[in-house]
Amino acid sequence: MKMSKSPWLLHYDGSSCNGCDIEVLAATTPVYDVERFGVVNTGNPKHADIFLITGGVNDQNKEVVKQLYDQMPDPKVVVAIGICACDGGIFKECYNILGGADKVIPVDIYVPGCAARPEAIIDGVVKAVALLDQKREQMKAAESAEGGAEHD
Amino acid sequence: MTEQNPVNIEVREIEKANVLAEASRLHNEGYRLAQMCSTKVEDGYEMLYTFGKGYDLLHLRFTVVPGDKMDSISHVFPAAFFYENEIHDLFGVPVEFMTIDYHGGLYRTAEPTPFH
Amino acid sequence: MSTRSVVPFGPHHPVLPEPIHIDLVLEDEKVVEAVPSIGFVHRGLEKLVEKKDFNEMVFVAERTCGICSYMHGMSYCAAVEHVMGVEIPERAKYLRTVWCELSRLHSHLLWLGLLADGFGFESLFMQAWRLREKILDMSEASTGGRLISSVNKIGGQRKDVDNAMLHSFVETLNQLEPEIRTMVRTFLEDSAVRSRLDGVGVLSKEKAHDLGAVGPFLRASGIPFDIRTTGYLAYGDIDFEPVTSSEGDSYARTAVRINEIFQSIDIIRQVVAKIPDGDVAVPVKGFPKGEYMMRVEQPRGEALYYVKANGTKFLERMRIRTPTFANIPPMLEMLKGCQLADVPMMVLTIDPCISCTER
Repeated sequence: MKMSKSPWLLHYDGSSCNGCDIEVLAATTPVYDVERFGVVNTGNPKHADIFLITGGVNDQNKEVVKQLYDQMPDPKVVVAIGICACDGGIFKECYNILGGADKVIPVDIYVPGCAARPEAIIDGVVKAVALLDQKREQMKAAESAEGGAEHD
Repeated sequence: MTEQNPVNIEVREIEKANVLAEASRLHNEGYRLAQMCSTKVEDGYEMLYTFGKGYDLLHLRFTVVPGDKMDSISHVFPAAFFYENEIHDLFGVPVEFMTIDYHGGLYRTAEPTPFH
Repeated sequence: MSTRSVVPFGPHHPVLPEPIHIDLVLEDEKVVEAVPSIGFVHRGLEKLVEKKDFNEMVFVAERTCGICSYMHGMSYCAAVEHVMGVEIPERAKYLRTVWCELSRLHSHLLWLGLLADGFGFESLFMQAWRLREKILDMSEASTGGRLISSVNKIGGQRKDVDNAMLHSFVETLNQLEPEIRTMVRTFLEDSAVRSRLDGVGVLSKEKAHDLGAVGPFLRASGIPFDIRTTGYLAYGDIDFEPVTSSEGDSYARTAVRINEIFQSIDIIRQVVAKIPDGDVAVPVKGFPKGEYMMRVEQPRGEALYYVKANGTKFLERMRIRTPTFANIPPMLEMLKGCQLADVPMMVLTIDPCISCTER
C-alpha cells in the first residue's frame, strides 16, 4: 500500500473577515479533527508543506504572502480558502483589495464558501495531500533525469 | 426598550476653531471619547465627535473645508490619536499637534486617502 | 542606562490568528513603548456604501468580522431601521437576542481556546473548541450558517425558529453548562495557568475609563458598563447585571468572560421562556433619510454603528467604531512597562479582532 507523508500546514490571514480563519482552526480541533490525517498546524513556513491562505490580498500584505510562500521548501501546495481568497469575494470592489491570492502566488486548489465550511477545508487539504505526492514524484523524476544523486 | 433610542441623534453644531475648547470642557465634566467620524459632504468634511459619560452620549459636529487643517484633541483625550490618524489617512484632512503622528503611515492604503 | 532595542511583533505570529504589527521598544526585557501599525486586513468596506444599496450592505456589514458576524449584521439593520422609523415585531427582537447571545457564547469559548493555545495548553484549547462546536450546531440548525448566518434583513429576520427548537436549545445548554464549568475550572484554579495570568497587564480603573476601553476589558477593571443594560432588543425584559471584576489584570479579564458565558446561557433561558408569538419581519418601503448611531454590546465590547442617509438607495456614510479599535489605546498603555514574554498574553486578553478594527 502506498502511504502519503503527513503534511504540515501553514495558515495566513490575507485580509479575511476571520470567518474562514476560524473555520481553518475549527478544522484542526475535535469534531472535524484534520489532525487524524497526520496534518499538523505549524506557525513556521520553513516546516510547512501546505499553505492555507484566507482572504484577498492587498498592497500591504502581498509582500508578506510572497515571503511566506518563498520560505516554504519545495514541493509545496497552496490552497485558497474561501471566496475572498479565490477571487476577492464581496470585497472585490473595495479600493484596498487587489483580488484573490492568485494575484500574488500560484494557487493550486480553490475552496469556495463564505465562510468555507470545515468539511470543505478538509476536502481541500486531502486534495492538497494527493497533489503534494504528485509534485514530489515529479521532483524526484526531474532529479534522476539530471542524474543528481546528492538529494537521495 | 426603543424609547431610549430616538429616531435621530441630537448633535450640537460647533465652530471648528472651538473644538479644542469644547473638548477640554467636556473632559472636565467627566466625559470620555467614544468615537470620531468624518463624512465627505459637498462643502468639505463633516466631523462628528462623540463623547460618553456613563450611558449618555453627546455629539459635536463641525465642518472642515477642503485644504483646511484642524486641531488635534489628543492632548485632552489621549485615545483620540488613533481616530485622528485614521481621518488623516482615509480622508486626507491634515490634523495638527497629534500626540502620536503616523504621518500617513497608519493604514498605508493602495490608493492614498480613498475617502477624499 | 541600558540600550534600547526594537523587537517587531507580528504580522505573522503563532499566537495571532490575525495580522497586526507592533514595534516593541525594549530596555533589556522590559517594554518601554509599543507602536502599532495596522492595515494588513484593511479592505475599506465602509466605502462600499457607494456601490451597494442599503439592503445589500447587510451582507457587507456581516462580513466586517466572521466571529461577531451576527451582531454586526444586526447592528447595521437596527441602525437603518431607526433611521427609517421601522419598529420590528417583538418576536424578531427576542430572536435577535437569542442569536446575539449564541454569538457571545461561541466568541467567548473561542477566545478561551485561543488563550489556552497562547500559553501553550493545547488540550485545553481543544476542549474549549469542542464545546464551542455545540453552540455552532445551534446556529447552523436555526440560521443555516455556522458563522455567517445572513438571517438579518432591514425590518426583521429572514426566518422564524419554531418554539420546539428554541426549547431544545435550552435543553442542550443545560447539558453543556456543567461541561463548561468543569473546563473553566482549569482556567480559574490551575496554578500553572494562574501564574501566566495573575497580575499580568494590570489596567487601573481610571486609565480604563479615560482611555476609552470597552467591553470585558473595561468591566475587568471594575466599571459596570454594559450597553445591554440600556435595554435594546429584548434586554429590557431580561434580568441580568453586568459582570465585573476589580483586579484589572489578565486573570480578571478571563474571569469576566467566563462569567459572561454563564450569564449568556441564563439570558437565553429567560428569552426562550418569554418569547411571544407573531411575525418576525415587517415590510419596509422607501429609502432611509436621516442619521442614527446604534450602540450594541458585542462580545468584545461596545460597538457604534453610525448611519447617515440622504433619501436615496445608497447611504451617505456608514461608520463602524468597533470595540477593538477603542481598546487599542488602553492596550498600548498597558504594554508599557511589561515583560517581553508577557506581551502575547496581554494582547490576547483584550480579545483583539483585527478585521473589525481595520474594516
